[in-house]
Order: sequence, then structure tokens, then C-alpha cells
Amino acid sequence: MARRNWIGLMTGAAFALGAMAQSSANAQELTIFWAEWDPANYLQELVNEYTKETGVKVTVETTPWGDFQTKTFAELNAHGDAFDMVVGDSQWLGAAATGGHYVDLTDFVKKHGVDKSFVPATLQYYSLYDGKYWSIPAEGDANGWAYRKDWFEDPKEKEAFKAKYGYDLDVPKNFNQLIDIAEFFTRPNENRYGVALYTQTAYDAMAMGLEQTIFTYGGDLGNYETKQVDGILNSPQNVEALEAYRKLYTFTPPNWTQAFFVENNQAFTEGLVAMNMNYFAFFPALANKATNPYADVTGYFANPPGPYGHQHAALGGQGISIVTYSKKRDEAFKFLEWFIREDVQQKWADLGGYTCHAAVLNSEKFLNATPYNRAFADSMKIVKDFWAVPVFADMLFQMNDRLHPYITTGQGTAKEALDALVADWNKTLGNI
Amino acid sequence: MAVLATLDPHSRAASRGWSDLTIRNAFILPTIAFLIVFNIFPLIYSLGFSFTAYRASLNRPAEFVGLQNYRELLSNPDIWNNFTVTAQYVILSVGGQMLVGFGLALLLNRKFPLKGLVTTLLLMPMMLSPAVVGLFWKLLYDPSWGPINYALGIGKFEWLSHPTNALFATALTDIWMWSPFVMLLALAGLSAVPQHLYEAAAIDRAGKLYTFFRITLPLISPLLLIALIFRTMEAFKTFDLPFVMSTANVQTVAIRLYQMAFQGWDTGRASALAYIVLIVVLAITNIYVKYLNKVKER
Repeated sequence: MARRNWIGLMTGAAFALGAMAQSSANAQELTIFWAEWDPANYLQELVNEYTKETGVKVTVETTPWGDFQTKTFAELNAHGDAFDMVVGDSQWLGAAATGGHYVDLTDFVKKHGVDKSFVPATLQYYSLYDGKYWSIPAEGDANGWAYRKDWFEDPKEKEAFKAKYGYDLDVPKNFNQLIDIAEFFTRPNENRYGVALYTQTAYDAMAMGLEQTIFTYGGDLGNYETKQVDGILNSPQNVEALEAYRKLYTFTPPNWTQAFFVENNQAFTEGLVAMNMNYFAFFPALANKATNPYADVTGYFANPPGPYGHQHAALGGQGISIVTYSKKRDEAFKFLEWFIREDVQQKWADLGGYTCHAAVLNSEKFLNATPYNRAFADSMKIVKDFWAVPVFADMLFQMNDRLHPYITTGQGTAKEALDALVADWNKTLGNI
Repeated sequence: MAVLATLDPHSRAASRGWSDLTIRNAFILPTIAFLIVFNIFPLIYSLGFSFTAYRASLNRPAEFVGLQNYRELLSNPDIWNNFTVTAQYVILSVGGQMLVGFGLALLLNRKFPLKGLVTTLLLMPMMLSPAVVGLFWKLLYDPSWGPINYALGIGKFEWLSHPTNALFATALTDIWMWSPFVMLLALAGLSAVPQHLYEAAAIDRAGKLYTFFRITLPLISPLLLIALIFRTMEAFKTFDLPFVMSTANVQTVAIRLYQMAFQGWDTGRASALAYIVLIVVLAITNIYVKYLNKVKER
């Protein structure tokens, strides 16, 4: 009996010591959840510096973009602490803030002067919801264009283009020129096409590609304050924009119905398309000779102005938020204090991340660091975003359902598709 | 004590005085507990959610709305469209599986060299992961460099771009994957048909068609119906193939349910839709089972 008690006590002590060691090990670790793309790899490299300085291990866990929203909210809805911070999309702010999933960072932002040191537009779109700040801008991004300089500068192409369209072949100065150039380079018998567009409907790809066209034509997705969509979403400008996007789609490679950043970059690196719509975060792969044989002849430009003088780029990028259910919130706050330092933001930019720190973003060093950084800096001044309300996901999928068939198959008319979407969004936004 | 006599007198069970009934229950209880936790409880819990306007992402208590979710879903033309697409998919894919599977079984129901190897190779498609099958058939259907277009000489025909084409293409993939299942069941039925019936038919100079429709088909129809029941239930719930191959273009009710539940987090409406699907599948299955019982009685 005494021997059994002694064995039981030793076993219990061993378990207790193990649990203590485990919990003390956990206190020295932070987990950040993000989508699986290059910036997440850059962030992992960056946070290794934090580990060197503080001894706290930081792991960036990733999941494919198509699953990112689903997996994040599955964990948040379950009040799980699998990750301490999340680099979430701007559209999630409403849902995450309303659901109490993010920690309010308003005091942190004001105390550390983030509202003064970071670009105001990035704070507005990545962090602000309902008058409070819920994240720190982490990865600035916008939708832009890459193009084949060698095709554009070929004398024969220039001559043929001028003969057909009456002006010089160059970086498009407006959206109509972009459509002309796409049409000009579409030659299926040569396996060449004008443009690679976003059309994927697993999440927000198609919506992002289309929305910047809508904004550029002077249209809008509704009044974000009053939630009015009738007369705005189905306005003549939006109809024209949707028709323009449909026309552009006819100049994409065959079967281009579910394309996002991977497919668009692939079309470009395989020499299929003259112009590639993509977020700037994916352009490092195009500037790298190892991944793009045409890197030396790849140019970049911001989304051109529309026919009525408006110029916008779809906002991309994310802010980093602290998860309410994290048991290491204090450590997460310390991490954010480190992250917002100017030297850290400079390092972030050097690694390839798109800083939102004003001083770093506007420096000549940043602007000259890559062939696309100037176009990126230009784009960040004209960014505009989708709805950030709690029901944004419903609205995204309704937009996909209503507009994708028109864009990819020409089913119905642009007006009919937009009118149907107005009815859907009215219902979803509770206007009915 | 008489019961204990059936146990090893030195066993712990015997020393604890466990009866046969207790031992039986001890084996069954974990399974029952598992079924209650992972089947019965979620079934009842989600039924409750289906009467509420609950969104899992909003961290608010569920608000009771009665039958509103059901009314909205059943009056939504998009949902009816999803059911129509699903029905078309079921008819195409299950019909194809039955024809191809039964045809393969008829061909295999004889002796020939390497029959075992051929049968194993024919069974392989259904052993693969549906996601993997979807991904590589997506590559096969590629208009620019997929082998299907090349073999058929149809240029850059886009299989997965247009909703109608995508429905046929996805159903074809499903037929390729699941015909072996029907083949297995049909082969089991064919091998059980008594040979003396065929011999008697031959003696009476019955033709092949007559033999097939009067002897073969009636005797294996119970197994074919079982295959039909299983495949219809599965096809109705199909998610992986359309999701992997072409989400937007084959909007089955399962795809809609996934989007509603796990992307829109509209838990209440998604639960209501899930129950509507359950009722439809149960109704169809009941019809099949009643017909199966009639066939067996004959």
C-alpha cells in the first residue's frame, strides 16, 4: 500500500512538472495566423528578429487563401486560442469587431502614435470600424498591373497598333486604352491573349477585380454609411463598368473562369498574356528571374483612370489583430510595440513586406527598391475597399453568384445582373 | 451463479461478478455514446438552430424566428435552382453509373485470363480520394493542354467554364469514379444467379434478350436497387467533386450549404437548408426501399 502511494505521488509530481514546463514554454511562444502567400514567409523571417531580441518564439501559421476566412472564423467562433494574432482581411473588421473576436487597440494606437506614424488611409481601411481601431496595418497592398514591355516596345507591334487604333502603343493612360491593348494582343492562333483577370469565386478575387473597375468608372458598391445600394450599385456607371470587365474577360486565355493570383502570374510567366492583373504582393515573383523568364522585360503600372477621370485601385492587404481568446495578450501587445518601430518597418520593407509606415513608404530607398514599388506607392493613394460589415461574406458570395455568370458566359445583361444583386444586398443589409 | 459459470472463474470479470448482459453493454456503450455525441446531439442541436436567426460569427444568443428560415429558403428561386442542378446531377451521374457499372459486370461475368487483375484495376477509381480525382480530371479537361480535347480533336472546348458543360463534365468524372461500386454489386448478383436457369432457357431455345430480361435482370434487381439507393443518396450530397472542379459553375445544394454555413456563417439558415436536404433524401430513399421490398416479394 505505501509503495503504491509512493508510485502514485511520483507519477503525479512528474505530470505536474511536465505541465508547468509546458505552460512556461507556451508563455514564450506566440502564433500568428495568416494566408499562405509570400508576405507570410517574409513575416516569418521578420519575426525571427523578435525572437533574437526577446527570446519569444513567434510562428507564422498559414493556410491557403480560399480557406483562410473559413478557418479563421471557425477558430474565432469556437473561442479557440490556436493563434494569438491574426493578419485578417479588412472586410472582416465588422464581423470580428461585432463578434468580440478582436481586442480593441484604440488606446494602443493613440498611446504609441500609430495614427501619426502610419499612412492614414491604411489605418482607415485596415483598422478602423465603428470609430475604434481593431488592428495595426501590417501588409499594405493594392491591385495593379504587370505588362510585357518587349511586346509593347516591339516596333512592328507599335506600327500595327497605331494603324488600328490611331494612337501609340504604350502603358494605358485610361481604361479604354487598356481594353484596346488587350484586344490587340489577343491572338488565339499564336496562343497569346490580352489580359489575365481575377475571376475566382472561392472568396473575393472576382469581386476585387471587378470593384476597382466599378470605382474607376465613377461607380460605387453602395453607401457604406446609410447602407443604400439601390440606384448606386445598379447605376449607369456600374453597368458600363461591368460591361467593360465582361469585354476584358473575352481577351483572357481559355477556361479563365476561376483565376486568382496563382493563375494570373502563371499565365504571365508562361508568356500567354500581355497584361496581368494582380496584387502588388504577388509581383516579387515576376521580378525574380528564377520564377519569371520575362522578368527583365516586365513593367508595372497602377490601375489606369476611367473614362470620367476617376482612378482607383482595389484595396488589398491586411492588419494584424490580437485575438480576444489568446492567453498571451500581454506578450502579443509587446510584439505589436516592437512591430510598429520604424526600424522594424524598414526591415519589413527590405524583406519584401509592404509597410504602411509613412516615413518608410515614402522614402526614396523604398520607392527604388523594386521595379514595382513606385506603382505600388501611387496605387496606395487611390485605394478603395469592399463593404466591411458583419455580413460581408454573404454579400461577396451574392456578388459572385449574380455577376460571375454574366462576366464569364455573357448570360443576361449587366443591368439585369446588377438589379438582381441590388435585391440580394437590400435583403442582406436588412433594408427590406 | 449459473451465469458466472460461463465465465473463466479466474477472470477479473468473474471476480467482479459481471453478467453476460453487463459485458455486452460494456462493449456497446462506447459506440452508443459516440453516436449520441457525434450524430444524435448535433442532429437535435442543429434542428434547434434551424428555427433561429443565429450567426456563429457574431457571438450573440440565437434569436427564435420560427419557420422563417424554411419559408425564406423554400421561396428563394436560387435555392430551387440549386436543387434543380442537384437533381440533374443525380440523374446524369447515377444513371451513367448504373449503365456503365452493370455493363462492366456483364462483361466480367465470365472466365478469361487475368480476370482478377482486370477486376482490381477496374476497382481502383473508387479507391482514390475524391479531391485528388477532381484535381486531376480538372487537368484532363483543360482546354489548352488537356489530353481529352486533344484525343477528341475538339480544339479548345471549355469543359468547366459553362454551367451546362461543367455539369456534364463533373457527372462524367463521378461516373468514372463510382461505376466500379455498381459493378461490384451487380457482379455479386450475377454470380449468384443459378446456372440451371440459363441451361433451362437454352434448352427451351430462349434468345439472349429474353434470357436477360426474364432471368438475369429480375434476379439481380434487388442488388441493383441497393446500388441505386446508395449512389442516389451519395450523389444528392455530392460536394467534393463540384467544389474542386468548378465551384461557381455547378452550384449543387451541398455547395450552397457549405457557403452558407462555413463562409457566410449563417448558421440558422444553413441548419434549415440541411434539414430540407435530409427530408428530401429520406423521402427518396423511402420510395426506393418500398420498391425494393416489392421486388423482393416477387
